[in-house]
Parts: sequence; C-alpha cells; structure tokens
Amino acid sequence: MSPLLETECLYKRFGGLVATDNVSLAVMSGEVHALIGPNGAGKSTLINQICGELHPDAGRIRLDGRDITGESAARRVHLGIARTFQITSLLEDASVRDNVALAVQACLGGNLRIWDRRAARGEIWRETSRLLESGGLDDRAQARCADLSHGEKKQLELLMAMAAHPRLMLLDEPMAGLGHGESRDMVDRLGEIRKETTILLVEHDMEAVFALADRISVLVYGRIIITGTPDEVRGHPDVREAYLGAEDAPC
Amino acid sequence: MILVLEQILNGLQYGVMLFLLAAGLTLIFGIMGVINLAHGSLYMIGAFAGTWVAAHTGSFWLGLPVALTAAAVAGLLIEMLVVRRLYERDHLDQVLATFALILLFNELIVLLFGRQPIFTPLPELFSGSVQLFEGFPYPPYRLLIIATGLLVALGLWLLINRTRIGMLVRAGSTNRDMVRALGVDIRMLYTIVFGLGALLAGLAGYMAGPILAVQVGMGEQILLATFVVVVIGGVGSIRGAFVAGLALGVVDTAMRAFLPGFFRTFMEPAAADNLGAGIASMGIYLLMAIVLLIRPKGLFAPGA
Amino acid sequence: MPRLLAALVILALFAAMPEVASAMGQSSLMTLAARILIYAMAAASLNFILGYGGMISFGHAAFFGIGSYTVGILAHHLASGEPLFGIIPGSGDMAVTLPAALLVSGIAAAIIGALSLRTGGVQFIMITLAFAQMLFFFFVALPTYGGEDGTIISSANSVPGLNMRRKATVYYFILGVATVYFLILWRLVHSSFGEVLKGIRQNERRMTAMGIPVYRYKLFAFILAGMGAGLAGALLANFLRFASPDIMHWTKSGELMIMVILGGVGSFFGPILGAAALLVLEFHLAGWSEHWQLALGAILLLVVLGGRGGINGLLARLAGGRR
Repeated sequence: MSPLLETECLYKRFGGLVATDNVSLAVMSGEVHALIGPNGAGKSTLINQICGELHPDAGRIRLDGRDITGESAARRVHLGIARTFQITSLLEDASVRDNVALAVQACLGGNLRIWDRRAARGEIWRETSRLLESGGLDDRAQARCADLSHGEKKQLELLMAMAAHPRLMLLDEPMAGLGHGESRDMVDRLGEIRKETTILLVEHDMEAVFALADRISVLVYGRIIITGTPDEVRGHPDVREAYLGAEDAPC
Repeated sequence: MILVLEQILNGLQYGVMLFLLAAGLTLIFGIMGVINLAHGSLYMIGAFAGTWVAAHTGSFWLGLPVALTAAAVAGLLIEMLVVRRLYERDHLDQVLATFALILLFNELIVLLFGRQPIFTPLPELFSGSVQLFEGFPYPPYRLLIIATGLLVALGLWLLINRTRIGMLVRAGSTNRDMVRALGVDIRMLYTIVFGLGALLAGLAGYMAGPILAVQVGMGEQILLATFVVVVIGGVGSIRGAFVAGLALGVVDTAMRAFLPGFFRTFMEPAAADNLGAGIASMGIYLLMAIVLLIRPKGLFAPGA
Repeated sequence: MPRLLAALVILALFAAMPEVASAMGQSSLMTLAARILIYAMAAASLNFILGYGGMISFGHAAFFGIGSYTVGILAHHLASGEPLFGIIPGSGDMAVTLPAALLVSGIAAAIIGALSLRTGGVQFIMITLAFAQMLFFFFVALPTYGGEDGTIISSANSVPGLNMRRKATVYYFILGVATVYFLILWRLVHSSFGEVLKGIRQNERRMTAMGIPVYRYKLFAFILAGMGAGLAGALLANFLRFASPDIMHWTKSGELMIMVILGGVGSFFGPILGAAALLVLEFHLAGWSEHWQLALGAILLLVVLGGRGGINGLLARLAGGRR
C-alpha cells in the first residue's frame, strides 16, 4: 500500500537553527499518525510545510504519489489537506454559523461570484447545519465567535477543517488548553472523524496520543528518531531518554 | 565635473535633512508601531518658532534652541494627548488622527504667521561662499548642514549602541513584547523616543529655513519624501534611514538637476524641461516601488 | 426594512434637490448635492476594500483622477480632432467615455494592485501612496493636458435623448448612475465574493487554510474598487467640465479616507453620510471662516479618538440598535 502523505528528506532552517532535518515521513491512508516530541522539536514547522504555509529549503512532499511541494497553501486544501491551528485562528467577529458557512462555501466554489446572493445558496446552509449538528455546536450557531469558550473554539476549528472534506487532516495540538472533560470529548470526536479521514496528529497529551494513534513518529531537534506502533515507541529506550524523560514512563 | 560635485553636495545636504526626519519617524514606526503623518508638522513648527525668534533678535543662533524646544514640546504634547491613545489602534486610525493634526497645525500656523513665507537670516559666520578648491565655490551653510547631519548620525549611533536606552530601543524595534516583559516602563520609553524624534524634526526644519522658504505646507512636502526613505530603509532601522536618506537625497537632486538637460539632447527645450521635471518628481516613488517589490520589508528591516 | 426605507429617503432627498435649490434661489445647493453623490461613490469604492476587505489604500484618489482624466483626454482629442496615440479618436459620448473610464481605471488598479498587494501593513499604505503620487506628478508633467492646471472639457458628454447642456439634467444623470452604482454595490457586498472578502479582512491565515488564495481575491477587490472610483471621477469631470491633477493629490486620498471613517468604516451607507458630512461641513465652515480646516481637524480628531462607527454607528446607537 502506498502512503497517502509522504515527505522525502524535508529540510528547513531559520538562520542558524535547523528546524526540520531530513525528515522522511509516511502517513498511510486511513491511519491516525501521531507526531510527538519535546517543545521546539520542530513539529509545527513540519506541519506548516506540509500544509504549504512554509516552503522547505530542500526535499519533496507528495500527496497520494503526486508531488505537491510547489503548490500553494490554498491549492493544497483543494487537493485534500485541511488543518487546525495550535492557537485557534478563526473569524472572531463573525458568528459560529458564518464561520462554518464560509468554510463550506470556500470548498463548494463560486467564490468569485459577484452577482449572486450568498444568503440564497441553500447548499451552503444545508451543509453548514449538518456540520454544526455533527459537532454539537448547533445551539451556539448564532453566538459571536469571540464569545466562545476555548473548548468550543477548538471544536469549531475542527468543523471548519471537516467542511473541506479532507483526505488528510493535520491537527496541531487539538487538546492544548482543554480541561480534562473537554479533552475526553475531543478524543471521542477525533475517534469519529478518523472514520472519514486520515489524521496526522501533533499532540502533547500522551493519554490522547496512545488512545488514538495507530503509529507514532518521534521528532527530536528536527529529526525523526523512530516511527512505530505505540508499543514499539513506548518501549524504545531512545524515546524515554530524549523525550519522555527516563523517570516517568507514559501511561 | 564641478557641476556634478556641486549637485552631489546639494544631494548630501538634502539627504541629511531627510535622515534627520526619517530617524525619528522610523523609530516611532518601529518601536511603537505608529504611523505619524504629523512628523512634518514638527519640522514646520521648529522652522517657524526658530525663525520668528531669529528674525526678531537678528541672531540665527538664538533661534536654534527655541526651534528645538518648540518642536520637542509640540512632540511631547502630541504624544501625550493623541498618539498615546493610538498605540493599540489600527493603522487607519493612526493615519486619520495624525492627518487631523496636520490640518490643525497648518491652520494654527496660518493664524499666527499668515500665509506669506518668511525667511531665516543666515548666520553671519556661514554666509557668502568658500572655495572648496580652486574654482569651486560652495556655500558654507550647506556644509554646516551636512556636518550637523553626520554628527547627529554619529550621536544616534552611540546612543543606540552604547546606552541602556539605546538597548531598549533596539530591543523594542524587533520585539515589543519582550521589552514589556523586561519590566521597563514602556510609556516612558515611548515618550522619550517621540520627543527625540520631534527634536530632530525641529532641528531639520530650522536648518532648512535659510535655504527653503518657511511656509505652511513645507512639512508635507518633505514628509512624503521622508516616508519613502523610511520604507526603503526598512521600518525601524536607523541605519536604513541613514543609507536610504543620503542615497535618496543624492538621487533626487541629481535627477532634478540633470534629467531636463538629458532630455534636451533629443527633445525641444520646453517639453524636455517639463518631462525631466516630471520624471524627477516621480523618481523617488518609482525607486520605492522597485525596492518594495524586491524586498517587501525594505533594505535594512530589523528582524527580517 | 429600515435600511430600505433609509435608502428611499436618501434617494428622495437627492431627487428633490434641484427643485429645492431653485425654490430657495440657491443654485450652489445642487452643485453641493452633485459633489456629495460623486464623492460618496468614490468613498464607497474605497470603503469596499478598506472597510470590507481591510486594505488601507492611501492612494485611492489616483483612480478617481484616472477616471476624470479619461473623460478629459477623450474630450481634448475630440476638440483637437487628432486621435490619441494616432489611433484612438476623441469622444464626447457618455456611452463611450464611461466604459472607457471604467476600463482604464480597472487596468491601472490591476497593475498598481498586483504590485502593492505583495506587501502589507505600513508598506502597503505607503506603496499605494507612492503610486498615487507618481500618477499625480505624471499628469503634472503632461503639458498637452494642461499640466498643473488641468484640462478643460468644453461640454458635458452627450447622452441620447437628454439635454446635457442643462445643469439639472446632468445632475439627474449623476443621480441615476449613483443609484445603479449603489444597487450593484449592495449586491456585491452580499455576494459570495463579498462574504469571502469580509473573511479576508478578519483573518487571512484562516481564509488560506480554507483554500482561498487570498492574494487573488484581494486583487480582484482592488480592481473593482479602482473601477468604482474611476466611474466617480468620470462623472466629476462631466459635472465640473474639468480634469486636473488636484483630484489625485494625496490629500484627496486622505479626504476619501476621512469620508469613510466619518460615515463608519465597513457600513454600507457610511460613505454617503461621510461624504455628505464632510462636504456640507466644508460648504458651511468655508463660508464662515477661512480657517475652517481648524474645525475640520478638531472634528476628525474627536471622531477618530472618540468612538467607533462614525455617523452610522452614532445613528445606530441613537436608535438603540445593536452594533
């Protein structure tokens, strides 16, 4: 089976700091692939290269065998890569419904139409309602995005990414800042979403990672030191040394 | 050859004036993130206050401290009453509020001094002309301006690289939040920087007096050129303001001096003069557009 | 519905203006009303990219001027009988000049926008200012069209079936164009594209993550806004029978911005209110004292420092509405 996403010898440096050091990563179709590593290991930098916000200095990125290294971030969304942000990035002045509707519209197309009435595009509103319901945000649809709780914003980001019907979902720390109960809800949500899409998950919450991941890659100082099943990774001495700390084993 | 040399010196003189204005403006941009359109008004205030005293006392040198004080006081007032409320606002509010200040200051000056241009007396010591070398006379007052500008540049360099305030300024222009995190009274720093910028603008305005007419609107003319300097040099960079200021001064002066002559070689004189003057006026803006297209943050942008 | 009512009231006021002016024996009122309409169109086009799209262009008067000069230049070549560049004949026909103004200002906006939108923040403000200044000096340096003094247009462009020698007819023509213009703008703001543009103002990064190539959308909006200002400029040239570099001076760009903020940034009727406020203020204050800009400066400062939303926001607060 060929991987859905493949990076080949990806390399990126900022000044004297090598943030991504020859990273070759393969994410198989249908799996939840977790990317873990200590702070500053270059996880977000890697995600940003995969989604196209940053351009690597060297190396290739392939989606389903197709080279997308030169494609723009916006184009990659249409090719099937959606993402969420570590620090939520939403249209703060707009309502929850409008946030989702715009994401739906962006994916449906017709965005350059200047002579239609967006309010009259039923397809957008039907899909928006469906998404809101699936994410349990339908009762908050009219709320202004800026008034949402942190957990609700994380849920909203997820919905907006789902609106693009992605083949690959890049999740940049979806649990960050969530309380214990909210984290558990999020794990359940991701358990649902994984049925529809492949997930590359960056996360610090080890409980969530081991609950969700089929495979785990460990990134340290810009390099992948091991990729394997949760059990393989858990037992690997280098991982304990470099990342988990020799003392406190995960779980 | 002598003509070329003379124009280069004139260009340098214009260049250091641009630098004096741009230095303050670029710091205010860089550290506080504020676009201050009223910077040209400070230049005008310095020119009017100093010239008024100089004209009444007959002494250029008595006018100087008055010019500096007036500009600095006006600057501090602007900072405390208006600009301080704009730090957290978007650029649109800053542009409009300081545009309103331009209208206010221009009309106040008209009320106080009328619309007729006034002239600053040349200092005795620097009137006439000196022979820089055999057959090349040059007005010493312009040399004084160049020397003053270079001295200020040196002083600013020392201030920024050798003092605690300078350290904060450097830190502030690359990372505002870090300075705040250091527990520094950032308001104080802002006020000092703004006052310093105003002082330099006043100095430039007063020194321009004997060369240009002191009149309402003088601030806006040089303001736009100063913006070009700041943007080309890179917002927040004193070094950029210095390099871009001198370069732009020379380029602009040279184009105004030589373009009409160049066009005359293959066009009729009247049309050539017109076209030459027009293109020379467009020159600095064209230069800025080109620089921004190659380096969208300017030549010496800090943190870039 | 209150919006529709407000729009109808505004329209009725403008429609009655020539009658009111002649009844009061003050023909200058009609001139004032025409200028308000024209400036409202230009300010609304700026509001489209500034208020809805978040692009702070400090050079919008350039397109206003280009539209104006398109009419002026075509009239000049009609009078002289010599075609422009040897191929384009002059024209005094509104059916030619208005589309020409739209086309030329659209092309100019495409070029300036494509270059300027590569930057952002302060640099965008400054580079748009720089391009406008370039055009200003370009027209100052063109002796064929009067240089600094500008070019005179001997008569308003002709429209079949209308007597455009009558000032009131020209006024009603402007009112008609302005009405259609604002109807189109209303559709535009509420179209699919309009919604995307509003999203871009709030968060470009988010829009990119949704799959929107932001640069292209901003450029499209910039071109549309340039065309809007160009159309307003063409009407102004017809009304004043005159095109001069003054209307692309950087202070004009500033005035357009003032109108937008006085009316309320990003509100649909804001530019109309803002243009009316500024021009009426100028009309009365200028008659009252030659130092009227002092008052204007003070008012502007208060509006900017004081509160958000401009006149439109004030009306909404008075009506007890939200926002």
